[in-house]
Amino acid sequence: MLREGHEVSCLDEDPEAHARLEVNLDRSWEDSGGQFTVGTGLEEEALTAAGIERADAFIASTDGDNTNIIIAQIAKRKFNVPTVVARILDPLRAEWYGKQGVNTICPTKVAIEMLEKSVLEAAGTGASS
Amino acid sequence: MGEGKYIIIAGAGKVGWNLARELLDKGHEVTVIEDNRNRYLTVEQELEHNIQYGDASELWVLERAGISRADMVIAVTGDDEDNMLICQVAKEKYLVDRIIARVNNPRNRPHFELLGIKPYVSATDLILRLLEHEVPEYGLVHLLDLPEERLEIIEMLLAEDSKVAGKRVGDLNMPEGSLLISILREGQGGFVPTPDTVLEAGDEVLAVLDPGLEEELKVFFGSDGAAAG
Repeated sequence: MLREGHEVSCLDEDPEAHARLEVNLDRSWEDSGGQFTVGTGLEEEALTAAGIERADAFIASTDGDNTNIIIAQIAKRKFNVPTVVARILDPLRAEWYGKQGVNTICPTKVAIEMLEKSVLEAAGTGASS
Repeated sequence: MGEGKYIIIAGAGKVGWNLARELLDKGHEVTVIEDNRNRYLTVEQELEHNIQYGDASELWVLERAGISRADMVIAVTGDDEDNMLICQVAKEKYLVDRIIARVNNPRNRPHFELLGIKPYVSATDLILRLLEHEVPEYGLVHLLDLPEERLEIIEMLLAEDSKVAGKRVGDLNMPEGSLLISILREGQGGFVPTPDTVLEAGDEVLAVLDPGLEEELKVFFGSDGAAAG
C-alpha cells in the first residue's frame, strides 16, 4: 500500500516486526514514508501514537481472531475510523460479525474457495484430456 | 438468584472451577468450557459431565454447550479479548439474559464499557477498593457504586479539625445531589441522624450522592485548614 502512494502506519507488539517491513525495500521503512509503533491494538495510547485519529482506514490483522474483532470495534466506535476491516480465520465468527456490520475478511473461506476451484479445474482438465 | 438456572462458565481456571463448584452446590445446572486439554482433564475428574473441552469463543462450542437455553454466561478466562467476545455473542447473538465478564487487565475496562459488556469484575479494582478501606489517608471510601443508576454511597471519617464537627445535621448545607444517611460513632454503632444530631470529630459519615460529587464532599466534610482532602 505504501508503494501505491498511501501513507501506512504499522502497530505491532514485537519491535522485531519492523525488520520484516523492510524486506525488499531499498530504503528504510521510515524513509519510504512508513510509520511503525510498538504496542498492542488494545492500548489506546498506542493506537493514538500510530495516528488512528486521522486514519482513513484501519486493518485489524493480528494473529488472534478475538483480538481483531475487539480492536476493529474500538477503531470504529471509539475512533470513528471510516473504513475498518478485520481478519477473522474462523468462518462462523466472520459470518456473524460480518452481519453485525464489522467488515471481515476470512482467509480460511478464501483459501477453501481457491483450493476447491483449483481441484475442480484440475479434475476438469484431467477428464477432458 | 432463583432455583434451577442454567449457567455456562467459560474458563476452568481457579475462578471458573470454584465458581462452578459453588453454583452446582446451590443446585444450578452448570457447564464449564475449557480449551486447555490438561486443565480440562484435571477438572473433569471432579466436575465430570459439567465440563466440556473446547474454545468458548467458537460459536459451535457455545452451541454444543446449549447456549440458546442458558440463563447466564460467565466469562472468566485469562484473556480479556476472549471474555469480551464471549459475552458479546452471548448477549447479542444468543440473547442470553445475564452475562458477567472478568477483566484481567484493568486498562481494558473502557473496552468492556464500549462494547456494553456489564457487569464486569476486576480483581485489581476489588483489591484497590479494599486498600481504600484499609488506608485512612484516602479519606473517602466507596461503599457502593451503581453507575447505571447514577448512585454512589461513600463513607468518610471526620478529622479532628473537620469543618462540620460540632454542627447540627439540620444546619448542614450539603452539596446538591448528596444526602447524609448514617453516622457510625465509637461506642454507639451506626444510626440514622435526625436534624438535631450533632456531628463529632471521629464520626464516620455515610452519604449517598450522584457520581462526581466525591471531591466536593471531601472538601465539605474535610478539615478547616487549607490541607483539606
